[in-house]
Amino acid sequence: MAETLPKTDVVIVGMGWAGSIIAAELGKEGLKVIGLERGKERGLKDYYVVHDELRYAIRYELMQDLSKETISFRNNMKERALPMRQLGSFLLGEGLGGSGVHWNGQSYRFLPYDFEIKSKTIEKYGEGKIKGLQLQDWGITYDELEPYFGMYEKVAGISGEEAHFGPKRSIPYPTPPMKETPLTKKFKDAAKSLGMNPYHMPSANLSEPYKNTYGATIAGCQYCAFCERFGCEYGAKADPTVAVIPFARETGNVDIRNYSNVTEIIHEGGKATGVRFVDVLTKEEFIQPAEMVVLTSYVMNNSRLLLSSKLGRPYNPDNGSGVIGKNYCYQILPGSTGFFEEEQFNTFMGAGALGATVDDYNGDNFDHSDVDFIHGGSISINQSGSRPIASNPVPSGTPNWGKEFKAQSVKYYTRSLGIGSQGASMPTKNNYMDLDPTYKDAYGLPLLRLTYDFTDQDRNLYNYIGKISDQIMREMGANNVNERSNLESYDIVPYQTTHNTGGVIMGAEPETSAVNNYLQMWDADNVFVVGASAFAHNGGYNPTSTVGALSFRAAEGILKYSKEGGLLA
Amino acid sequence: MADQNIDKKMSRRRFIRNSSYVAGGLVGGGLIGGLIGSNLSNDNKDESGTKGQQHENTAYQQAPLYFTNPEIFAILVAATDRIFPEDETGPGANDLGVPFFIDHQLAGSWGNNTREYMQGPFFPGSNFQGYQSPLKRHEVFDAGLQAIQKYSNEKFDSNFAELEGEQQDEILTAFQKDEVKIHGVTSKTFFNILRQATIEGVYADPAYGGNINMDGWKMKGFPGHQMSYHGQIESDEFIEIEPNSLHSYTNK
Repeated sequence: MAETLPKTDVVIVGMGWAGSIIAAELGKEGLKVIGLERGKERGLKDYYVVHDELRYAIRYELMQDLSKETISFRNNMKERALPMRQLGSFLLGEGLGGSGVHWNGQSYRFLPYDFEIKSKTIEKYGEGKIKGLQLQDWGITYDELEPYFGMYEKVAGISGEEAHFGPKRSIPYPTPPMKETPLTKKFKDAAKSLGMNPYHMPSANLSEPYKNTYGATIAGCQYCAFCERFGCEYGAKADPTVAVIPFARETGNVDIRNYSNVTEIIHEGGKATGVRFVDVLTKEEFIQPAEMVVLTSYVMNNSRLLLSSKLGRPYNPDNGSGVIGKNYCYQILPGSTGFFEEEQFNTFMGAGALGATVDDYNGDNFDHSDVDFIHGGSISINQSGSRPIASNPVPSGTPNWGKEFKAQSVKYYTRSLGIGSQGASMPTKNNYMDLDPTYKDAYGLPLLRLTYDFTDQDRNLYNYIGKISDQIMREMGANNVNERSNLESYDIVPYQTTHNTGGVIMGAEPETSAVNNYLQMWDADNVFVVGASAFAHNGGYNPTSTVGALSFRAAEGILKYSKEGGLLA
Repeated sequence: MADQNIDKKMSRRRFIRNSSYVAGGLVGGGLIGGLIGSNLSNDNKDESGTKGQQHENTAYQQAPLYFTNPEIFAILVAATDRIFPEDETGPGANDLGVPFFIDHQLAGSWGNNTREYMQGPFFPGSNFQGYQSPLKRHEVFDAGLQAIQKYSNEKFDSNFAELEGEQQDEILTAFQKDEVKIHGVTSKTFFNILRQATIEGVYADPAYGGNINMDGWKMKGFPGHQMSYHGQIESDEFIEIEPNSLHSYTNK
């Protein structure tokens, strides 16, 4: 029998970036907030022995415990979905601060083109260009979202510099760019000589100490090279537990309850009345009644909770009706590995977002009239620090074990460089999420089922951007550039990116989107669903800054709703 | 000191080779005792170089926590040393304690898949759906190592650990190419886990029992745990840095 707790103004499900920002903003305005976080409390003091590749980067210390909950996966609707038994392709977060603890900190704003992708593409290239893609505008323009990007960047303290293709900014970057290293310089020189416009990667590992709008101090980065998949023991990475949660708690209005796994959104007549959750340590069950419910539990769980709670209209790929689970997107990641015979690099030094980028082939920054895809991707060198278990670059054709592998992987550990691209991912009818008919989590609820595969749009983009990336690598002086394998079927095993998007997408019409441009559910006006789940497609950048901007936008909406009620858009 | 190390390595190699002849109960602890003894050679390279500290420097973690059968352990020792052999590039898997690293991992959370989804029903899955075997990793190793022995006996009429290097490579290649039947898991999956675990043992922090004396890191030029590269990251020169391990957090 579940114990019913005293009612609160707002209950938030998941305390990562989005949940933390919303908690802070609402607490500041006097709303009573309960933040439910299924993982444990954590902070700087917990990262005392964090420089341990095996524990954190290979065994995924900070990530989701899949024995309790995972997803199932299949490439297409004809297959039987099977559980993702081990982490691989993407790394789901768990615990206070969510993935905001172990992210790299690459902090781009999505392009103006992204928010109006459908109308802008049709306007320039005609309807035929988007054939087969389930594209839509986001119901908000870049200009409308711009102030919220600024709010996020001032909280995170982002270090960066103006970029040639960068969209209009109303504030400068709060801190100067990260250090220039021989690697970033080499990339920039090569890109410039090819006529491109490189700039320093905007970073949430800060170039210098910074006091943010919440009064928190974020330290200056030490370039220690243990960033992605690790927590920062210096507090030099913008992380919700450093930058936001202390302030949220100081308001006296935010109560964060750890080990609380939400299993259901309770609702009646088109309004939520609260949530049901399990204490994952004691297994006790509670009901938390609330005036408003905010879902900030990542792409997977935002969709899953809505589907298993039967809130909103489930997407049906057969006829395109419904919205929950629709437009799951990922990213397309061509890259180049170059081998250098004469030079040796300090590849073991780095920071999560220490790098340089070109956007000349991102968004609609180049003409797509003669190419068979839309959008593109950012192309970057990222000196995040190579670690020896994961980093064993060898020239194509080298066996992957034995004497030759050993000799080459040891030699090239400090004599090879990588260029990576983040290619945009376009939604299609058959890439979606629903509930698995067979597999259950530790609480007896169905797993989320992901149906996803790459498309021709993806393959064409991959090949095109990959060639540009190779060009830059050769211009950087690589003696040898590895052949890139073809983009075949999506594989759930090798790590690709944790930039999953969609499922509860935003838009201007309730027929085709789940939330409006305040991230408010069309079908339940006191429920707000926030995160990259709202992305109607995925762009050519890391998603976090855009998630941050949408979180501030949602917080404003929730405040407005608490006063006026009703649909806000 | 250097010569002594070579002697110790030689004798250990001989021992590992010999152990497979006597395996089967005669000296069940002999293999294990021998490995510990030879590993002393690595740990004796302390700054003082003084003898008589052997007891303090004994690498007590170089002992099995999972494997109980020396004949089976000898297969792991031989296989990891083909995957990452000792040669002019540097130390091999055995020099670095990789078999013990794997042994310890199998005894713990990783070997028991405690943080992974292991509920049924189980189906083979496509090439893109990842690990779908109901076996836990320690069971995969049990089945896989036994299958190596069986295959070796069938093909070469000899135990795996006694074969020549090229023969051992031939067998491992057959496993990698998925040409061998194993109960409950594919030979390719087993080989991939074995290969990955070997690399991990070469380069994981020495706290885990492999990468003895940080020699894996030294070979590769990885400085392990360093507090900061703030003053070095702009350097155009390649910088060689003495590595630090997790040990340095608590032992100055």
